[in-house]
Parts: sequence; structure tokens; C-alpha cells
Amino acid sequence: MSTHTNVAIIGAGPAGMMAAARLASRNHSVIVLDEQSQAGGQIWRNIMSATTGLAGILGPDYAAGATVAGQFAASGAQHLRGATVWNLTRERQLHYLHEGQTHTLTADAVILATGAMERPFPIPGWTLPGVMGAGAAQVLLKGSGTVPATPVVIAGCGPLLYLICWQYLRADVPIAAVLDTSSGRDIFQASPALLAGLPAFADIRKGLSMINAIKAKKIPFYRGVQKLRVHGQASVRSISFEYQGQTHTLDTNLVLLHQGVVPNTQFTWLLRAAHDWSETGVCWIPKADAWGRLHDLEGIYLAGDGQGIAGAQAAVTRGELAALAADAQLNPAQADSLESLSAPLLSRLKKNMALRPFLDAAYMPKRENRIPHDDTIVCRCEEVTAGQIRDFVRQGCMGPNQAKSFSRCGMGPCQGRMCGLTVTEVIADQLKVAHDQVGYYRIRAPLKPVTLAELACATDSKF
Amino acid sequence: MNTVLFRTVQTDNGEASAQTVSFDFEGRQLNAPKGITVAAALMQNQVLHFRDSPVSGQPRAPYCQMGVCFECLVQINGVQNRQSCMTTIQDGMVIRMQQGQTTFTVIQTGDEQ
Repeated sequence: MSTHTNVAIIGAGPAGMMAAARLASRNHSVIVLDEQSQAGGQIWRNIMSATTGLAGILGPDYAAGATVAGQFAASGAQHLRGATVWNLTRERQLHYLHEGQTHTLTADAVILATGAMERPFPIPGWTLPGVMGAGAAQVLLKGSGTVPATPVVIAGCGPLLYLICWQYLRADVPIAAVLDTSSGRDIFQASPALLAGLPAFADIRKGLSMINAIKAKKIPFYRGVQKLRVHGQASVRSISFEYQGQTHTLDTNLVLLHQGVVPNTQFTWLLRAAHDWSETGVCWIPKADAWGRLHDLEGIYLAGDGQGIAGAQAAVTRGELAALAADAQLNPAQADSLESLSAPLLSRLKKNMALRPFLDAAYMPKRENRIPHDDTIVCRCEEVTAGQIRDFVRQGCMGPNQAKSFSRCGMGPCQGRMCGLTVTEVIADQLKVAHDQVGYYRIRAPLKPVTLAELACATDSKF
Repeated sequence: MNTVLFRTVQTDNGEASAQTVSFDFEGRQLNAPKGITVAAALMQNQVLHFRDSPVSGQPRAPYCQMGVCFECLVQINGVQNRQSCMTTIQDGMVIRMQQGQTTFTVIQTGDEQ
């Protein structure tokens, strides 16, 4: 049997939880579908059951999530835990897996609060066991209280890189070295944007105190490193890099890579939504207005980092904005007051995002770590290298979908999530054309693997 | 691999869950704290080799821990292609590495008909 709800929200992170709480308080029926067993998303993962000791290690920005999670829990919105949405149509029909069965749900409004993922970091050796994302390491810490027991090398750039170092120091995790791909020059060049970031002075101070804490522990800290390369046969043995013109090698069993996060665009590509290439974010951003209303898709909204990376506080505000617009859609009598109700939220969002232009400029991932040399694997699943992609382009390949048929690139289990951005960038670079012209993979359902048995148990006769 | 790679974080007030579950990985009986993911449970037992790539046979391990990269695929209770980072470890689970290229078991050949 197919079920209907006023609002279906995909993702129980900051934006999804906030939107759900607001809409439930307006007496709409709200179902939040989330793959995890607990609300919080990635940033506030495990927030309602983390011990005070763990929350202490993770810091005040993590602990702050309890307020929003509490509002969500008390809101009356239905929280479907462990639900994997594997299809969404433009007519707002959802197909999801829950406890081994596939179900169908239709909604008057759908809010996509599917957040962000770590940007791929294609360097030689990044497929070796022992290499992980720094965000992945945070997930292990928050959700499973698991930390490295052997000295770890942390490489890349961006605020999260410093945050994980700071958290590891508090958790007594040994750090062998920090290899920062950003340099003092990057910070200097981005400094004009700092002026606009002054309303976020507290965040600047927080960042500086984290960097100082790392330096105070005398952890080897290399800035402006290049030519990162991970070595090993069955697993990581060492990492090499160039620093001030000299090649260095460090022995290690664990390497954490990070160069920022990017919107998770699987659902918006599946919906054939329009996307723009962002030069500052170096990623795709779905076309939507300030309330997250997707261009040309009636009743489908985007909330949170999926609208472009801005962090947890901005995601909460964006969740509230999407809720206001959805409320106006469901309750046309409310539509007139949408602008006036939104004004304070829009000015708060501006403040939430004040530091973003500086962060984007200072920690823009380096070209060599986005558009790798020929021998580097780009598609981890099918093991397609950047050189192969360039060969296809020389043979006339114009975009990622053609590259697929040449090589199965993007056709493995991850369905292009880990190589999509890189393939677009490599092709655009080779053809010397705009990213918008190259485009992205055509994403199709199922977004997650579904077994025949799960399909056969469908509660809707159409499947 | 003899190096201890991962451990449970120690918090000041020692609240760490005392409850554990036990499970089977490749015929070995292993334990892990209750409530954590299959991926974390294996990593806390110093397992880093989760599967072999079906293309080159190279060893692979979890990369993203959030359901994006599909590097952590294992066989759980006889079902292949399970995302171990998205699955909570349960008492009595039987977990196997996901081998690169699998072959079908021949149930019946043409000549037997």
C-alpha cells in the first residue's frame, strides 16, 4: 500500500531536523527518512547518545546540536530510522528501503536535506587500505568511539583538517604530522575577504586557537606541501611529499586526507534538476532560490549544505527557510507573509555565511589534488585513471556519460559519487571548455543497492 | 598485520559502554562494543582488508564511513554488497570479506537433463 504525507524530508541532519520541527509545529504531517539509526546527520552524528566525555572531546560546536535534535524529537514529526531512499520522482513519489522491504511514499512537498560529502582526493595510492577521509575519521569517532592507535598523518586543507587534529589531541591520539596543502600565500591572498567575515569573528578566533593548539603540541606541521603520494602494497607504509623544494617521506600506517566538502547531488541529478558549476566552491550547486525551491521542480526543496557548503548553523537557518516556503505552499493563506517572516532568517543566514568567502578562497583545493596526473586512479570502483579519461577525450569523448561507455568509469557500486567531480574537471581541463558544457553523469535509480528479494517484498503493487 | 591500528576512545569519566557483542569474521570469533557499525567493529579488531577489488584484485578498506564510497562492502549473513559502515553490528553476525570476482555455483549442467 502506498502512503501519503504532507511533507517528506530526506535526511535528519541540522537542516532536516529543523525543517521537520517547524513544519510539524504548523500541524502538517511530516515524515523524516534517514539512513542512520539516530538523528544528527554527519556533523551531529550520535548527538543524543554521545557520552559527556565524548561530547567534551568533540567540542562545543558538536554539543550545540543537542538543542536542535531535542526540538526535532519533541516535534511530533515521524522519524523513520534506517530508511534508505533509493528513488524520487519529479511527481514527489519516494521509494525507500526499510527493514528489508521496499515501500512507496507520496508527498505534497519534499525537502532534500541530504547534506554534503567529502571532496574526493585523487592522489597516487589513495585506494590503499589505511587511507581514509578526515571526515570519515570523525564519523568513526562520533558514531563508534573509534580512533587511531598508531601515529597518523593528516594531509590536505580546510577547517575540518584542523578540527580533527584538535579533537585527536583531546582524545590522546598520536599525530605523526600535519601536511597542509594550503600556504601562507593562500591566506594572504584571501585576506580581503576576511573583512567581510568580521561578523563571524568568533569563528575566526576558534580556528586560530585550534591551529595554535596543534602548534603548541609541537606536531610537525608542513605548510604548502605538494606532490602528495601514498606508498604501500597491501596497505599504507609511507607518504611522500614535496616541501620547500625537497622531497620528504614519512613512515606511517594511517593517512587521513581532506580537502573540503561538497554538496551531495545524487538526488538533484536524479531529478534532472538544473545545476551550476561554482568556481568558488569548485563543485556543482543545484539551481534553487533563497528558500531552497528547486528551479522547475514544483514542491521540491533543498535545505542545508546541499545548497552550497555553509556549515551546520547555516543549515539550521536554511531548514527554517525551506519550512516557511513549504508551509506557504501547503497553506496558501500563509503565502502573503512569506517575505516578512523570512526577512530575519535571511539576515541571520548572511551572518552564518559571513566567513564563507574567506574559507573558500584560503582553502581552495589545489589543482594537482583535483585534476591528477595520468597514472592516478580517478574512479576507485572500476579503477579508471586520469590518463585513460584524457585518452578518451583525445578519441572524441565530450563528457562523463561517454567516458562511462568507454571504460565503465562511474558505473561501479558508488555510482560516480567518488569520481564524478574529478571526471568533469579532467574533461573540462583537457577540452579547455566550461564545466557546465561538460556536465555530469546521468544519475538513475536505484541510488542505493536493492536486492531482488527486497523488491519482491514491495508493499506497493507497482513494484 | 601486527600493528594496533585502531582502539576505542578513552573518555575522562570512563563511561565507555561495557556491553559487547560477538560475531564471526572469516571464521574468527571477534568482539566489539555494542551499537557501533560493522566497519568500526572490524577496524577495532585491526581488520583493514575488507574486500578485493573486482577489477585488479587489490585489497580495499573503508574510505568515507558515511555510505558514499562503497569501499567497505562485505558479505553479512550470506548477503553480498552490504555497506558495513551503514550497518550496526549485531550479536552472532557472520561476516565475510567480499571477494573480487565471484563465480556462480553450477547447480545443474545441460548434459544432466
